[in-house]
Formats: sequence, C-alpha cells, structure tokens
Amino acid sequence: MKYIIAIIQPDRLDEVIAALEEEEIILITVSDVMGRGRQKGVAEIYRSHVEKNKLLHKLKVEVAVNDEKQWQCVDAITRGARTGNIGDGKIFVLDLEQCLRIRTGETGVSAIA
Amino acid sequence: MADINTGDTAWMIVSTALVMLMTPGLAFFYGGLVRRKNVLSIMMQCFMLIGVISVQWVLFGYSLAFSPDHGGVIGGFSWAALNGVGLAPNADYAATIPHQLFMIFQMMFAVITPALIIGAFAERMKFSAFLVFSVLWATIVYDPMAHWVWGIGGWLRDFGALDFAGGTVVHINAGMAALAAALVMGKRKGYPETSPPHNLPFAILGAALLWFGWFGFNAGSALGSGGLSVSAFIATHMGAAAAALAWAVLEWITRKKPTALGIISGAVAGLVAITPASGFVTPLGAMGVGALAGLVCYVAVVVVKGKLGYDDSLDAFGVHGIGGMVGALATGLWATTVINPLGADGVFHGSGMLLVKQIAAVAVCAAYSFVLSWILLKVVDKTMGLRVSEHEENIGLDLTQHRESAYTVVG
Repeated sequence: MKYIIAIIQPDRLDEVIAALEEEEIILITVSDVMGRGRQKGVAEIYRSHVEKNKLLHKLKVEVAVNDEKQWQCVDAITRGARTGNIGDGKIFVLDLEQCLRIRTGETGVSAIA
Repeated sequence: MADINTGDTAWMIVSTALVMLMTPGLAFFYGGLVRRKNVLSIMMQCFMLIGVISVQWVLFGYSLAFSPDHGGVIGGFSWAALNGVGLAPNADYAATIPHQLFMIFQMMFAVITPALIIGAFAERMKFSAFLVFSVLWATIVYDPMAHWVWGIGGWLRDFGALDFAGGTVVHINAGMAALAAALVMGKRKGYPETSPPHNLPFAILGAALLWFGWFGFNAGSALGSGGLSVSAFIATHMGAAAAALAWAVLEWITRKKPTALGIISGAVAGLVAITPASGFVTPLGAMGVGALAGLVCYVAVVVVKGKLGYDDSLDAFGVHGIGGMVGALATGLWATTVINPLGADGVFHGSGMLLVKQIAAVAVCAAYSFVLSWILLKVVDKTMGLRVSEHEENIGLDLTQHRESAYTVVG
C-alpha cells in the first residue's frame, strides 16, 4: 500500500479530482496549506498571494492506494495539476504500513478500496 | 429660503445616508453568497459604483434624469455639473427641502441600481468590462427611465401608473438587465454544480443592512417627514416580514427544512415588492404584497430557474426582476386613496383601472431595459470582451482582477 501526498496549485483541484475519478480513485483528502518550493515563494503573477515568510497558498491532496494503483494515481494527479509553470507542485509517494476502516475494523488492502 | 422645513430636511438627510448604506449592504449580501476567491471582486464592484456613479450623477446623470423635459423621454444637459441646482427648494420635486438634498437622495438610487445587476454576472466578469458597462447602462438605461417615472413631464409620471419609491426604475430595471446579463454572459464554469455560499453570516449581515437602509429608500421617498413617511416605513417593514415568513414556511413544507439563506432571500424579495406600493397601502395590504412576493419569488428562484437553466448567479433577476413586477402589480391590487389621496384605488378597493396601467408600465419598462441592456452587453463584449479567461475564472477574480485575497491561511 502507498500513501501519496501531492502539493498542488489551488486552482487545479477540480482537474485533479476529475483525473483521479477517471482512474476510479475516489478516496481523497484535501487541505489548505502554506508552503514554498524551489521558487522560494515567488508567486507567479495571478496564481497566489504571498504571505508572511514568503509562503504561498497551496492545496495538499492525500490519497491511499494499493500498490498496483500507485502509478495510475501519480499519473492522474500529474495530468490534472500540470500547467508547465513554476509552482505546479510536487508528489510524494510513501510506503503505507497499515490501514484500518474504523466502522468495520477491516485492515489492509480491503480497507482502502 | 424661508420655505425650507427643517424637520423634512433632517429626515431626508438621514434617509439619504440610509440609502447609501444599502450598497455596502449589498456588497456583504452578494459577497457572502459567492466563493471565497471572488468575495473581494463583488465588494470592489459595489464600492466602485459608489465612486463612479456619484461622479456621473453630479456631472450629467442628474440632469439627464430630472432637468426640463424633452418629449417626455429624457431631460437635458441644462443642469449638468449641478448648474442651477442650489440650496433653494425646487417646488416641482420637493418643495420643503433644498434642491441639492433631493439631488443627492436620488443619487443613492442611481448608485444601487447598477449594483443590483452584479448578482447576475458575479464570479466571471472582467472588472474593466463591468466598469464600462455600468457607466453606459446608468446613462442610457437608468437615467431615461428615471426621467419617465419621476421627471417633470416624464410620460410614465403623467400616465397614472403608481411607483412610490422606484420599483420600476430600480428593481424591474436592474432585474431585466440582470436577466440579459445572465443570458449574454453564459454560465459559470461548472454550473449548476458550484460551491455553496462561502460565508452566510456575511449574507445575513448584508440583508440586515439592506432592510435597515430600505427605511430610507421607501419612507424617504415621501420626500418629507410626516404621516406618509410613517405609513411607508410601516409598510416597508411589514412587507419584508411577511415575505421572509412566507419563504421560510414554503421551504419548510417543500424542502423539509427552513434555511437562513431562504429567510433572507424572502426578506429582500419582500422589500423589493413593497417598494412601489409602500406609499399607497395599509399595513395589512403590505403584508399581502410581501406574502405574495415571497411565494412568487420562491417559485421563480427555486423551481423555474433550475428548469430554464440560465445562471443568474445570485438571483438578481429572480428576486429584483420578479419581485419588482409582483410589487408593481400588487400595487394595482392593494393601493388605496385612504392612505394616500394622491394615489389611486386598486382592485381590492373598487377599481381595476390602476392594475391595467400598472401592467402597461411594467411591460414597457421591462422591455426597454431588457433590450437596451442586451445591446449594451453585446457591444461591450464585441469591443473589449465581457468574460475573464477560463484560467482566471478558476483562480478567482480577487487575485486576477485585483491582486488581493480576502483570507489568509496562516496568521
């Protein structure tokens, strides 16, 4: 199992969700975050505003998938989030040790899907 | 200036300030209803109209609307830059207050009317195009219609249709322009699946400010302080209350739960509808007007709009256009000369003639506003483009049109 974390531009969320749905990946968690990358907090004009300490507004998208879905998931996020401009974001793929569905107590692969 | 009445003057100064507050109130009402990335664009548009229409009004707008008549259709430029508009009363319009006070009271109406249209094109119009359209619209659509209804010699003023505080000039006019704007602009990306209002308490604050300001709008339209202004004040309040109640009950029955958004929409619909009737109806009549407006606007916004499929984003047509028409027609039902001897009797007080005149006035004004607004929007679209790019619409108008964000994430 993999835990995939993507940092994307706020205006690309609709496209990322649509691309994930094309791969039948429904499970997703989204949060507002602030951060900066290699561009050191330089806002490309009209994409974001700069806050204290040169932080930019981004969205964090988190998806848990079974191993065989990981590249489909990464491709879908890339497809949805890429514009070719500075600040499109990053994707991190982490090994996921365990997953448990609270309602039923199921664990592992069956708990994700 | 012995004929200036200090009581009237004091009330009209307060009324003018009350009507001014309605436009920032509208900024909060509309601003709360849009997504968080567009809230500043709405507020900016409202404030820009306070700036630009106030200037337009003093330079030539007031003159076009109120200076001596040309053929019943429009004033002229004889009062441009307030030439001859001094502190002595103008007995034709308001015999007991300074002429300049009448001028600035009317200015606040000219400001809020184009602001009402914002609800139809919210979240997708270029700021520059909005500005050009609004100034053209104020000059070519609002100023002539204000002359027809209120100007000495204006053909609707002499026709005998009743409009106490501007239901036709302000609400039907803005509502029809809103319908034209929704049709010409097209839907927002993703409509009808768009996000819910980003800040309902803002919208509720805005509705409260509108309700408060509306006392100046309607009771101030008595142009003096006395029995008629009190009567209009009560009618205004009862119209809003009855419509808010009607909307909430309807929602409770048909959609299982009454909502905060519903009750404020009902209150505004009631305020719109009572506007033309407020100087001619009893408190009970006002409740009838309000309840009818709550019912009809509810059906228009909740049922009909969804079926027709146009994106009148914040229901500027559904509430102001439809509500304004309900109010004009309801005036023909509930008006009574017991309240205002200068008015006329409606259907419920023994005469059908007034209703016929009301229908005729509504039809002409609605058609004029819709057609002219449509043409102006098309002209602006062809010359500078009405809509922001899809990319800009995604990011939001706050950042792309004003390079600002309403909310920070950290600190």
